[in-house]
Amino acid sequence: MNIHEYQAKTILKKYGVNVQRGIVVDNPEKAQATAKELHTETGTDWYVIKAQIHAGGRGKGKVKETGSNGVVLAKSLEEVPEKVKHIIGGTLVTHQTGEEGKKVNKVLIAEDVYYPGDSEPKEFYMSILLDRATSHNIIMASTEGGMDIEDVAANTPEKIIKEWIDPTVGLQPFQARKIAFALGLTGNAFKEMVKFIFSLYKAYEATDSSMFEINPVLKTSDNKILAVDAKVNLDDNALFRHQDLAELRDLTEEDPLEVEAGKSGLNYIKLDGNVGCMVNGAGLAMATMDIIKLSGGEPANFLDVGGGANAETVEAGFRIILKDPHVKAILINIFGGIVRCDRVANGVVEAYKKIGDIDVPIIVRLQGTNAEEGAKIIEDSGLKVTSAIVLKDAAAKVKEVLQ
Amino acid sequence: MSVLVNKDSKVIVQGFTGSEGSFHAGQMIEYGTNVVGGVTPGKGGQTHLDRPVFNTVAEAVEKAGANVSIIFVPPAYAADAIMEAADAGIKVIIAITEGIPVKDMLYAKEFIKNRDVTLIGPNCPGVITPGEAKVGIMPGFVFKQGRIGIVSKSGTLTYEAADQVVKAGLGISTAIGIGGDPIIGTSTKEAVKLLMEDEETDGIVMIGEIGGQYEAEAARWIQEQGNPKPVVGFIAGQTAPKGKRMGHAGAIIGGADDTAEAKMRIMKECGLEVVASPADIGETMAKALK
Repeated sequence: MNIHEYQAKTILKKYGVNVQRGIVVDNPEKAQATAKELHTETGTDWYVIKAQIHAGGRGKGKVKETGSNGVVLAKSLEEVPEKVKHIIGGTLVTHQTGEEGKKVNKVLIAEDVYYPGDSEPKEFYMSILLDRATSHNIIMASTEGGMDIEDVAANTPEKIIKEWIDPTVGLQPFQARKIAFALGLTGNAFKEMVKFIFSLYKAYEATDSSMFEINPVLKTSDNKILAVDAKVNLDDNALFRHQDLAELRDLTEEDPLEVEAGKSGLNYIKLDGNVGCMVNGAGLAMATMDIIKLSGGEPANFLDVGGGANAETVEAGFRIILKDPHVKAILINIFGGIVRCDRVANGVVEAYKKIGDIDVPIIVRLQGTNAEEGAKIIEDSGLKVTSAIVLKDAAAKVKEVLQ
Repeated sequence: MSVLVNKDSKVIVQGFTGSEGSFHAGQMIEYGTNVVGGVTPGKGGQTHLDRPVFNTVAEAVEKAGANVSIIFVPPAYAADAIMEAADAGIKVIIAITEGIPVKDMLYAKEFIKNRDVTLIGPNCPGVITPGEAKVGIMPGFVFKQGRIGIVSKSGTLTYEAADQVVKAGLGISTAIGIGGDPIIGTSTKEAVKLLMEDEETDGIVMIGEIGGQYEAEAARWIQEQGNPKPVVGFIAGQTAPKGKRMGHAGAIIGGADDTAEAKMRIMKECGLEVVASPADIGETMAKALK
């Protein structure tokens, strides 16, 4: 589960991680008062206004309606409301959102942390995630703060520092020191960085996170270390033991059809294609999408109806797929194991009749237990449904209806 | 010979009396699997499906001689169940449970590391040696006995592959569902290695999906061995978008090297028979054996 920057920073702070301080607002009219409050709290005279959406690249991203960037600087209290107005309510397009962009409902008004002082401010990169190859958590850090880590990995891989964490004993002091030294820090900044890394790892463990990305981590001109941005990804499977974190979910960030499907117990992901599909099992669902592509179509979605494909789940699946106006055909691909194909076929017919007029062709491929009986039920139903048993036939039939 | 499970396996079911555990234990017994009992803490001493229920895995090992365990315990307690089985001396643990927190698996995997045990899964359909033992949730009738091994991250896609292999006139030696989670007990390479060393396996179907590096690692290993047996490979998710979790917790494209395209390229370079369409798995295997 993804959460917003302001939520992530609240969590980090709770575990002793130094963060750039800020206050979130959802209304331009409250912006000036909020900025004033921040001034009182932090003494800052400049204000960084940051759009809160679940996507990176906000600084370079542009709000469609106003042309404002997703992250802007206000150099006085008076400038704040106008700048906030140009972001809140707008649609922010970044390299991660796609052309349609994302609606901004909230902005974070944050203190300026790049103030001048005894030394130059310096940006770093830091992340914590699972290394699947070793089944250990890994801390990655780099002197190339503010840059896309994939670019750093591609161009200057030697600049990425990696420390693997032993799950039984956890992060050790020598590892935190190693990272801080490798980042070229000395004196107070070095000590602060060691503390920062420890608090960060503690937060990662305690929240059952699956990814932390702090980019940039800043060494300020007075040698403090703090998180200027924070991307936190929580492990969905562990949310049952973190009710408080589960409540941070922002449904407005998710596709409405995906949210609706989730309520029916379906695993649905909307895609941009023209052939909808409904499948039992995640692997077979991905494979079915691939078949659609190889047959000349583009998958309109991923949809795993799970182990118990019955009339209710099939109906819910139909309704969700049909809400997508781009869908020109639907391929249902069920491998009946424990679930019998004749039952699924009856479910399809029932759901079809219940929904009424479905004007896109439907191809039902049933294989496994009672596949022949299932195909017969489909064919005898008199509905505009074509049946197939072998995967190859299903692919050929998709091709046919698309022509 | 066969790998992991056979007719001599003495299987216990952890989470025996729960609804999932009961249903699939019944199916396994019907298939002919040697299920010697089950474990449900607090229900020891009872009888379920005509088999004894034990309080602990240690007791099941001691009294029923169990050496294989299949786990249907709910996600919150599943990692604990894995560690209990390993500690009791079970040799093969098959964890079906989907949705175990990553942190729990991190600990469980570390716990079993230096013990003499093989963990399959979690989030997998299990393992079947047709005609001998079905220790999983797969439909047994699809898997006709034969000499093709299957290694797969997915459930229904494994059944699909098995069905095609059978329709192509071949059969299955052992099918191993390794699971779709980011942390699993046995990697693609390790499972492929078991089948490469199995005298009763002539060819291997290797089914992967987007996310992680396991398929590339397996492909490189196969090449290093000099491609001793034909391997037909398929990667699901050629059309999956980046950064979206496709059903399985582990099925997510992180970077450029865990896409279906990248994996398929590496597999081809390593001399595997890679199919773009999952509909071609069976026929391609039949051809490769000629």
